[in-house]
Amino acid sequence: MLRPYGKRMPTISISFTLNGSPVTIEIDPTHRLLDTLRYQLALTGTKEGCGEGECGACTVYLDGLPVNSCLIPTYQVRGRQVATVESLDPGGLEPFERCGATQCGACTPGVVMAAWWIREHPELLGTHTVRELMAGNLCRCTGYDGIVDSVAEALRETGSGKRET
Amino acid sequence: MKRREALAKLTGRERYVDDLPLDDFLWGMTVRSPAPRGRVSGVRFGKDVDWSQYVVVDQRDIPGPNVVALIEQDQPVLAAGYVRHMHEPVLLLAHRSREAVRRAVRSVEVVVAPEPPALDFRAPPSPGQIQYGPDNVLKHLQIVKGDVERALAQAAVVVSGRYETGAQEHVYLETQGMIAYLEGDVLVVKGSMQCPYYVLKALQHALAREESLVRVIQTPTGGGFGGKEEFPSHIALHAALLALKSGRPVKLIYDRGEDMAATTKRHPALVRHRTGLARDGRLLAQDIEVVIDGGAYVTLSPVVLSRAIIHAAGPYACEHVRITGRAMFTNAVPFGAFRGFGAPQSQFAGERHMDVIALTLGIDPVELRRINLLRDGQTTATGQVIRDGTDRLAVLEQALELSRYREKQGEHAAFNASHATLCRGSGLATFYHGAGFTGGGEVALQSRLRVAGRPDGGVEVLSANIEMGQGTLTVFTELAAARLGLEPEDVTIAEADTARVPNSGPTVASRTTMIVGGLVERAADDLRRRVGLDDTIRGAAVKQAIRTWHREHPGAPLFGEATYEKPPGIAWDDKTYRGDAYGAFAWAAYVAEVEVDLRTCAARVIDFVAVQEVGKVLNPTLAKGQVQGGVVQGIGWALMEECKWRDGAMANNQLTNYLIPTSDDVPVVRVAFLENPYPHGAGGAKGLGELPIDGPAPAIVNAVARATGADPRAIPLTPERLMELMDGQANVGAQHAAPLR
Amino acid sequence: MLASDGAAIPIAGGTDLLVHWPVRVDAHDRTYMDLSRLDALKPFSWTRDELTLGALTTYWDVIQDPRAREELPLLVDAARQVGAIQIQARGTWAGNIVNASPAADGVPVLMAYDAVVVLESRRGREEVPLDRFYSGYKQMKRRPDQLVVEIRIPCRRYSYQVFEKVGARRAQAIAKVGLAVTHSGAGWRVVAASVAPTIRRCPAVERLLETGTPIASPEGLLPAIAQDVAPIDDIRSSAQYRTRVMARLLYHDLRDVWGKRE
Repeated sequence: MLRPYGKRMPTISISFTLNGSPVTIEIDPTHRLLDTLRYQLALTGTKEGCGEGECGACTVYLDGLPVNSCLIPTYQVRGRQVATVESLDPGGLEPFERCGATQCGACTPGVVMAAWWIREHPELLGTHTVRELMAGNLCRCTGYDGIVDSVAEALRETGSGKRET
Repeated sequence: MKRREALAKLTGRERYVDDLPLDDFLWGMTVRSPAPRGRVSGVRFGKDVDWSQYVVVDQRDIPGPNVVALIEQDQPVLAAGYVRHMHEPVLLLAHRSREAVRRAVRSVEVVVAPEPPALDFRAPPSPGQIQYGPDNVLKHLQIVKGDVERALAQAAVVVSGRYETGAQEHVYLETQGMIAYLEGDVLVVKGSMQCPYYVLKALQHALAREESLVRVIQTPTGGGFGGKEEFPSHIALHAALLALKSGRPVKLIYDRGEDMAATTKRHPALVRHRTGLARDGRLLAQDIEVVIDGGAYVTLSPVVLSRAIIHAAGPYACEHVRITGRAMFTNAVPFGAFRGFGAPQSQFAGERHMDVIALTLGIDPVELRRINLLRDGQTTATGQVIRDGTDRLAVLEQALELSRYREKQGEHAAFNASHATLCRGSGLATFYHGAGFTGGGEVALQSRLRVAGRPDGGVEVLSANIEMGQGTLTVFTELAAARLGLEPEDVTIAEADTARVPNSGPTVASRTTMIVGGLVERAADDLRRRVGLDDTIRGAAVKQAIRTWHREHPGAPLFGEATYEKPPGIAWDDKTYRGDAYGAFAWAAYVAEVEVDLRTCAARVIDFVAVQEVGKVLNPTLAKGQVQGGVVQGIGWALMEECKWRDGAMANNQLTNYLIPTSDDVPVVRVAFLENPYPHGAGGAKGLGELPIDGPAPAIVNAVARATGADPRAIPLTPERLMELMDGQANVGAQHAAPLR
Repeated sequence: MLASDGAAIPIAGGTDLLVHWPVRVDAHDRTYMDLSRLDALKPFSWTRDELTLGALTTYWDVIQDPRAREELPLLVDAARQVGAIQIQARGTWAGNIVNASPAADGVPVLMAYDAVVVLESRRGREEVPLDRFYSGYKQMKRRPDQLVVEIRIPCRRYSYQVFEKVGARRAQAIAKVGLAVTHSGAGWRVVAASVAPTIRRCPAVERLLETGTPIASPEGLLPAIAQDVAPIDDIRSSAQYRTRVMARLLYHDLRDVWGKRE
């Protein structure tokens, strides 16, 4: 548990829903949701890639929408629903294994969170392309085809039909 | 076989260094030089901080020599009285609270009496800027074949060109980081790295510790691309020094901005060509000069320069070649390994120059390549006879076919004529990449690897070569399983822990599958022999024999071993720089199709075809992934990745202003492989990891030139630069109606 | 609260304020006022004549709104080009306005739609047209004790509307040049971003359109552009590039319009 140096700020208690279960914790008010998840709650699946909302490695769901947890002060999630990569069913990830969605894995949890959200909202493909929806997740290893192919496969398997990549 | 650790990565269960649980540890951070050059006249510690609460380390705390061991012993662990580049590490701090140590770093002032820095590697240094040797040349190399001056004088046509490539930042998605702690007397260092034994040697050297008292363990590594080849040794030493001084575990993780500003990047390069040709386009003479910016310490610049010049003349036959290379000292943050390692730079120049030649001679750029591509029996610039049987023309043909290169020329002409603000064009590059260490390098490494037999009948591969996304764990599993007839589940790959695995060499130079994979195969054979079986026995019998052996020798270790053996018929002379530079070259032809928005001069790659001959494709998904990833890195390097410099350090050290491609910036990368098994590569494979980044940049720039009629000679070809080129020129060689007035 | 502590920084989506948070230790010592749970700031609503965005309305809220796509499509265009979905899900239009970046993505389209900023304080409610909200680089007509509570956008029938964002890549890019152009019964609005210390209307260019002045090439726009904006060289781009791009975008996007009068 980190404490700030100098101006010692009192911790605050927040309650929220995390991966489907209610939690109440004392938090350091200077913490970002990313810090709380990784260093306080030992949920290290969510990664820090840039600290500025560019790379998407820190993607979590807040009330069902994918967001960068590096840009959210933890106190803002009180009363809300937070879901991390740890909440996803590994059984549904087979298309991602098969299509080469991951190489080094550093961007992968964030990619999976964004991709799974697309899979759950196929209606978005009426107005957006997969590539546009994944553009908030930077990957340096795959060149993106493995990721986009995986999303297309995952959508096919849910019966959401063939969509352009 | 699917990537074996894929599910762990997809579910977030794979643990990288910053994910590991650690009790009672301190966060380490680095205090850095604020100036590119000068004498450190003092270090001021702010009065508002209780320094007794912090661990403070400076160069006096270094038990051994203050040197990060690499090629030359010139780079200090911590600057001692003198700084040679911005962000050079001077002091280390640690505290239980990460926030506290961040604040503390800001409260330390390193006072530098500045001296005139050398910041332009292309310009001859002034006397006051000389800081290395008599002329700031870190390394000089030359390749000579035939008589280039005479051949130039006799050539019907001589075409000259000057080309430049910019630095490139790796942007591995996991920043650099290390953990260090003492386990009894043994110093343990764990972290993100490509070369555990490089780190081990650096720790032994500067900490004056014998090998048994240091243990280095590679943690799952979130990308490397060369950026974690040599640099991790610095962080390892820093974390170790703090751990030794405090007696507590120390974790040192770089913030992204710090990582981008303070670690290595691809060497910037300037390449000049003077090429003599016959009128039909045959290459008669190539005179090439390669200059690279090494930055403030030698690091790996001599080796980068070596690879750059060896590849500089391209995959072509030419009797008279002279390639001169220089790596320059400057007060920039030192440059280092990055995928391709000099070959992308020199081949950008070479392949752009081929198109310039084609335009000058009025020859089709495809025909120019056809005429000159190496045929079996011909020799490279170093005199290496190419006789691998690869049909290099077929590689080119397939790229042209898959990309519909010919048809698109007509389509582009029609498109450009009918669009006022858009234009399209295609460009190609034919290129090659030698796998493994150059010349005698693999012999010098003396790589060793073991395959252990487990009591349950399975095997464990013990190797220092690591997984950083390129597929080592999967490929080694496949090789061992295939060799012994086992199932993948019967094979484990040991953690890369120097206490357990032998030194099979660094994970660099596209050597892991081709060369180290070969050691896996031979060590597996050796294991099989030790349990009394010959090489023809595979499957259940092997497992049974291993189990039996363990029953008969309870508690004893069982392993097969292999040491690198140079393939026959390879001879390299390091003094004359002649001979067989590499055991095998992979060959490639890439075609890029671009669309340029003439209002903004932004170029976009709308189609990309990558065809390569790589010996044998052991794992199609992994191999395709390597090509696609390398191509997209090449697209970024060509069009949008620009390091902006201030005082020799990256000023745009953020992902908001150093831009790598997003999924929406790149097309599908269409990949095809040709196979021609390499007898000395594991499973017939040649190295593949770096080849894909050698070709995209010239293919793209050639495409932009065809689309717009502009003549770019440098990358990154940003919209600003393209606009300047287009506005400042008459339409030389325009293939269509003049663009925007 | 703002009345008593004007130094308190209201925080909504945090997509600007939290950037590089760990290394910006001085920012940790300041006081922040969390708006995220103030329900009164949430709703956005349509009447027949007006769209009202709440202070907490995000880009994603507007992207998802079918009527916005129909009647105020530039809002959706701009919202889709802000960062990426993770940012669109959190970033607010109000936050974009008070962050006052000259490269903002939301502000140009709001301004081209004649948006009005509604501010509340203990002293009462004040409405400021967005095109008069900025007085200089990062300076705006918001007193420290005022909070942006609404953004009101009149619903008009537009005969022409376009939004252009020129970034260095297709997503997650900061604008090098931004343009929002609309035409309705209220006249022409030409709004430029990243070419001046503030996002602003371009009256000289608007006048060319209002008067039906024929323009034969992008260069023909340079004198008006020089009157309206003042681009600089910075880490992202150059003044020369920005000027030329602005001229070319305007010229080509309005190719069918130059020289015509209503």
